[in-house]
Parts: sequence; structure tokens; C-alpha cells
Amino acid sequence: MSTRLIRLALAAALIGAVMPPALAQAQPAVLQAAGSEIAFTTRQMGVPVEGKFAKFSAQVMLDPKKPENGSVVFTIDTGSARFGSAELDAEVPKATWLNVPKFPQASFQSTAIKAAGPGKFEVAGKLTIKGMTQNVVVPVQVVQAGANSTATGNFSIKRLAYRVGDGEWTDTSLLADDVQVRFKLVLTGLAPL
Amino acid sequence: MKNATTTPARYTGVAITLHWLLALMIVGSFGVGLYMVDLPFSPQRLKLYNWHKWAGVLILTLSAARLLWRLTHRPPADAPMPAWQARGAHAAHLALYALFFAVPLLGWAYSSAAGFPIVLFGVLPLPDFVPVSRELADALKPWHGWLAKGLAAVVVLHVAGALKHHFIDRDGLLRRMWPAFSRN
Repeated sequence: MSTRLIRLALAAALIGAVMPPALAQAQPAVLQAAGSEIAFTTRQMGVPVEGKFAKFSAQVMLDPKKPENGSVVFTIDTGSARFGSAELDAEVPKATWLNVPKFPQASFQSTAIKAAGPGKFEVAGKLTIKGMTQNVVVPVQVVQAGANSTATGNFSIKRLAYRVGDGEWTDTSLLADDVQVRFKLVLTGLAPL
Repeated sequence: MKNATTTPARYTGVAITLHWLLALMIVGSFGVGLYMVDLPFSPQRLKLYNWHKWAGVLILTLSAARLLWRLTHRPPADAPMPAWQARGAHAAHLALYALFFAVPLLGWAYSSAAGFPIVLFGVLPLPDFVPVSRELADALKPWHGWLAKGLAAVVVLHVAGALKHHFIDRDGLLRRMWPAFSRN
């Protein structure tokens, strides 16, 4: 009993000594659903068509003063994609597109975060959609007001790299390969910039 | 020579060209419109919808040019016919012109309201003159179809009238609008 306690204490002391203080102290920020959104714009024969994901969650561990120690993990419910057009909304879950039954979630896992100016960060990470993983770099701008930190940004991904729209839909003159992703995330509990 | 105060025997070349070009485009767009709405989601459906929209914008533009031409160029006088028939023919022409504008504009508004702005030929984004709104889109959609069918009905009357003049009255009325490929 006492030896176990001593080992535990030793382990705790070791972790405390090894871990960078910023990471040890960083509190997870909490994503507020109200005001947050993840939208994406596709181009169908030149026509921009915007959709949104209604359900997503995030684990944000970030000290804005030491971003390199932070990490961001995102999980998006693919079944919550909505274009606002009944026809497209019925189409998105199918195997050709997001294949929601087989891949109910898309995810993002940061690999490196670095500062890129006042309130600006570059979040590199792995984006997984439909079981396909690609490296992406996401520019993020954070603005703080009161208890809320609002992170916004946009980046583009290639849908074909994730096999979104396969078969006859690989024709990029019908549906562009580029998909613009735009996000606005309202967080509480993020340390001051 | 030509005198501005006398009515010509024929429509002008521009009027004849616009008439037949628009006739082809309107009949084609109507047919495509009827066909495409029942297609399942597919590249073919996407293509036909966009072609239909592009054609609609061209019909709208050409109709504006045609209206301007019609207002600035005197058409041939009425062929001899009972007054009610002349009134009917003029009312049909008025309805046709009104629908040349109303049908494409309703289609455009519906497309915008549904969240699909029109990008002419896939390169030229056209403005939305209504906001994106599911309710508005649902309200506009049937009107585009109803008025298109109304336009088709008036076209049928118009063609029936022209054929009656040609085959029954034999008054040569159709020649006023017939393309003269080898006119003296």
C-alpha cells in the first residue's frame, strides 16, 4: 500500500517535472454551440452552393501565449450536413458523398500550432473525412471579448482527396475539386491572448 | 422607297430572326424544364438545370431586345379579319410578351431563393434580386411552372391562329413572319 503511494507520488513528481508548465496549466476551452458554425462552399458548374454542419465538438487545449504546446481536436457529425435544399440534404449521406452510415464522423487533429501574428495562429493537422486523412494547415484568427474568444478562419480542401463525390461526380467541370471551408468558433475558458 | 408612315407588308429581318430564335429557345427550354424536374440527382440533372437557367437568362435578354425593337419598329397591319379575332390576336401577343419576362424572372427568383445563384455559362455570376429563403423558394417554384404552362397554352393559341390564317383563310399572313431566304 505505502509502496504504491510512493510510486504514485514519484510518478506525479516526474510528470510535473517533465511536462512544460504551460501545458500542465492549460485549461480546456469550451466550445459554445451558440454562435459557432462550420460552413463549406462547393461549386456546381460555377455556382457556389453553401452547406453547414449543425453538430460538431472540439477539445481545445491552448495557451495563446504558448501555442506550440497546444492541441486542437475536432469532431464533426457528417450526418448533420445541411444545404437547405431538400434534394441535396437527402443526397449528402449517400456513399457517393460523405457515406454517413459508414463514416458518421469527420475529424481534425492538430499536429503543430504556431503563432502567426497578433491573435493569429497557424494550425497544422490531419483532417480525416470518409476514412481518408490529409494534412491541412488552417489559419485561425482569434478575437476576445469578455469571456468569449471567437476563432474564425477559412481554408480550402480538395474533395477528391477524400473521395467525396466519386464515380461520375469526379468530373470537376461539374463539381469543383476545391471546397471552401469557413468556421467561426465561440470558445469560453481560453486564456488571454 | 420605304416610307415611315406606311405600314410594311412584312416584319423586319431583325424581328423575324428574334421571333424564330426565341420560339426555338422557348420551346426547347419548356421541354427541358418538363423533363428535368423528374430526373434523379445526377450529373445530367445538374447540367440540364444549368442549361435551362442559362437559356432562361438568354430568353429574358433577347426578349428585352425584341420588345425594344417592337416598340421602335412598326409591325405590318392586321390582315383582314373579324374585330374579335384581331382583338384576340393582340391580347395573345400582349400575354406572350408579358410571359417572356415573367417566366424567366420567376425562374431566376426561384433559383436565387433556393440558394442556387445563376452563374451564366458557369463563369458570369448574376445578382440575386431576392434573398435566400426556403419559404420564398417554395412559394415561387409552382408559379414558374404554372406561368410556363400558361405561356405554352398561349403559344398553342398563337400557332393555331397562324395556321388558321395560312390554311383556312389563306390570307398569306404567315409570310409576314416567314424567313425569306430567297426574297427578291
